[in-house]
Amino acid sequence: MKFFNSKTLEPSGVDTTDNASTEPDKEQPWQELGLKQDEYEEIKNILGRRPTSSELAMYSVMWSEHCSYKSSKIYLRQFGEKVTDEMKKYLMVGMGENAGVVDIGEGLAVTFKVESHNHPSFIEPFQGAATGVGGIVRDILSMGARPIAIMDQLRFGAPNHPDTARVVHGVVDGISFYGNCLGLPNIGGETVFDSVYQGNPLVNALSIGSMKHEDLKLAKASNPGDLVILFGARTGADGIGGVSVLASETFESTGPTKRPAVQVGDPFAEKVLIECCLELFHAGVVAGIQDLGGAGISCATSELASNGGKGMRVQLKNVLLRDESLTPEEILMSESQERMCAVVPKKRLKEFESIVNKWEVEYSVLGDVIDEDRLYINWGHEEIVNVPPRTVAHDGPVYERPVAYPAYQNELNENSSAKLPRAKNATELATQLMQLIATPNQADKSWITAQYDKYVGGNTALSMPDDSGMIRVSEESGLGVALATDANGKYAYLNPYEGARLALAEAYRNVAVTGAVPRAVTNCLNFGSPENPEVMWQFKEATAGLADACLELGIPVTGGNVSFYNQSGDVAIYPTPVVGVLGVIDDVARRIPSGWQDDGNNIYLLGTTYDELDGSAWAKDIHDHLGGQPPKLDLAKEKLLADLLHGASIQGLIESAHDLSEGGLGIAVLEASLRFNVGARIWLGDVLDRDGIDQTTALFSESQTRVLVSVGREDDVKFQALCDARGVPCLRIGVTDATSGLVEIKDIADLKLDDIRQGWSGVMSGLFG
Amino acid sequence: MPKIIVEIMPKKDLLDPQGKAVANSLHREGKKEITAVRIGKRIELHFDREITDQDLEMAKGQAANFLSNDVIEDVVAVTKED
Repeated sequence: MKFFNSKTLEPSGVDTTDNASTEPDKEQPWQELGLKQDEYEEIKNILGRRPTSSELAMYSVMWSEHCSYKSSKIYLRQFGEKVTDEMKKYLMVGMGENAGVVDIGEGLAVTFKVESHNHPSFIEPFQGAATGVGGIVRDILSMGARPIAIMDQLRFGAPNHPDTARVVHGVVDGISFYGNCLGLPNIGGETVFDSVYQGNPLVNALSIGSMKHEDLKLAKASNPGDLVILFGARTGADGIGGVSVLASETFESTGPTKRPAVQVGDPFAEKVLIECCLELFHAGVVAGIQDLGGAGISCATSELASNGGKGMRVQLKNVLLRDESLTPEEILMSESQERMCAVVPKKRLKEFESIVNKWEVEYSVLGDVIDEDRLYINWGHEEIVNVPPRTVAHDGPVYERPVAYPAYQNELNENSSAKLPRAKNATELATQLMQLIATPNQADKSWITAQYDKYVGGNTALSMPDDSGMIRVSEESGLGVALATDANGKYAYLNPYEGARLALAEAYRNVAVTGAVPRAVTNCLNFGSPENPEVMWQFKEATAGLADACLELGIPVTGGNVSFYNQSGDVAIYPTPVVGVLGVIDDVARRIPSGWQDDGNNIYLLGTTYDELDGSAWAKDIHDHLGGQPPKLDLAKEKLLADLLHGASIQGLIESAHDLSEGGLGIAVLEASLRFNVGARIWLGDVLDRDGIDQTTALFSESQTRVLVSVGREDDVKFQALCDARGVPCLRIGVTDATSGLVEIKDIADLKLDDIRQGWSGVMSGLFG
Repeated sequence: MPKIIVEIMPKKDLLDPQGKAVANSLHREGKKEITAVRIGKRIELHFDREITDQDLEMAKGQAANFLSNDVIEDVVAVTKED
């Protein structure tokens, strides 16, 4: 490869390291690139001179909040510190890599991660959401795994706001387009509407992949002499809006070029890239691999070198371009999709070439790994970057931002739901229940999920509307994984520490009700501006809550993502810590569905109901109230409940299990009936007596650690004995009824299943269809 | 019938996957002299009467705000055709 182009030894006009030394005082647009004065000074300190414009581009993007985690780092550390050896037992790769990897037995491992694509999805919902899916899938691929499923966690503004439909249509279309074209089943997720997300919707995308233990790959370049190869799509001017300021500096005469801030994805190119990469992995020709996402080539080269403790020499003119007018700064920052960067031993180059040629994937050798702590990037014969890679990739600034207890917090917590009027009679209770099931947040989401392919690949065991998605990993043994993600922004707003614990507990419970054993955690922490001390307090509390709760439940955080600056104007979103829990099930044939199917089975409520209506769907959607404290959580009991569910499912005692969460027991009963269109007769008298609560509380309280299960009559004695032995409160509250077409709630109402379905199923299509 | 033609193209700097796929197919057909393909859309607005300058202005407004997505597309021409 040539680092010199002998024909053009004339200076090309780009800002070189020589220029940086000879024109030390040149004005640079560091502020426009989002750097702070002291950060710019620090770059000069590291280099002993001013940075070139290419170096400035690299540092500014790699030191951005998004890439450097500079405001969150000090808090994220506790996910690695609050762990026991027991928790690490199944953890093959932990935080810091592209995605965490978990041993699931039989020589197999899975990798999973959730990432945000919030801001691009507001600007251009379709492409923003589509490239969000593409990006997380490449993260999974870069661990050596075959992507096997996706999920998404969505937060939209008020359903009736005129802009919401634009975002909903674009985002759902984008996810279904990209995922369906890739041939990946979408096995679940969440959709929540709230006006706090109006100007800042949340689009989090999760992917999961599977591999054999020995196929694990890491993003590092550790052998000097190995080649650095960029392959996949060509590099264009995607998503580099911000760097235009540098381009305009380089070409003063032409003025600032308007480069697009968004990226356009090509799922078919990604599908080919996936198959191509997997063949490269299996042939063993790749020593290290990194996907290109945010910060493009800047990130891939500096991280590969830094992770391997080595350096790299790169000829930027070797990058295959879609548009020849790109400047070096733009090439370094481009976020063009469907690209990967591989580190390949020289002697394997021929094999590498024959595989990528077979898949008709374009590639170019950018440079090689060197035994020096330096990243050199040339533009033809001119050197434009000469930096220690670690300072770009890992040793960015770390901030301990000011933290302040929010001024509104006490008032918010004192404003409990206790003063809200409770239903006075049976009719009012029934009306409220029917009202709740037809609110956008509780209503049937199949208008959305029906646009996704749930079954492609033939390994989907559970998907929406069940509590978890479940996918078979081994077709021979039936070994599989269940995955659930949750976040209740209202709870986290009332109490961020508890809110994060509650999100974890709900995801954990959602996995447990399927019969799987929870094993690992991922997260996507969506917050407002870290420069607002009140937001930073929320973040501090939420991360502590999540780390403490993981320690208590004994499952490790394997990785995740932080998304700050989620706000409209000065108003931050509710803190929304999306928590994903992965569970393992030895045979997906043993999975437990969320609804009852047989006639005459007994229905049991596990757990205790307290008067906990603060932050509930009832308070918000019936009374437009949000205040007080979220429900209490006892994780020791949560663990006990999960163990019980696992034990009972192994013995085949449970026919269905459904987690109680938003909307409480009332909504859970209706959902479990709607699942397979089988009714039930429910009586609440025993719950009222045992727990000392009123009917409103019994139906709508969101007390934690509760599950609704149905059990065949023949297994009744065994099941009750199991609950007693494990000390899990268990009360028979009804029987299933496959013939009446009714959900009869004694002393309250006889609700026709058809009426419930009508209210529940038409909401989304009525709003957006 | 009088009509206004609106022509829209994907923004120059953005990837056009459809154009790329067609270009690849043309190359397979041996048409190597074609270096790139970009695919946009043509929209016809039919009128039941003579088109006025105001109509053209209105169409330009609709082309920019309604018929195209200005985040990823450019309106390249709005013309009258008899």
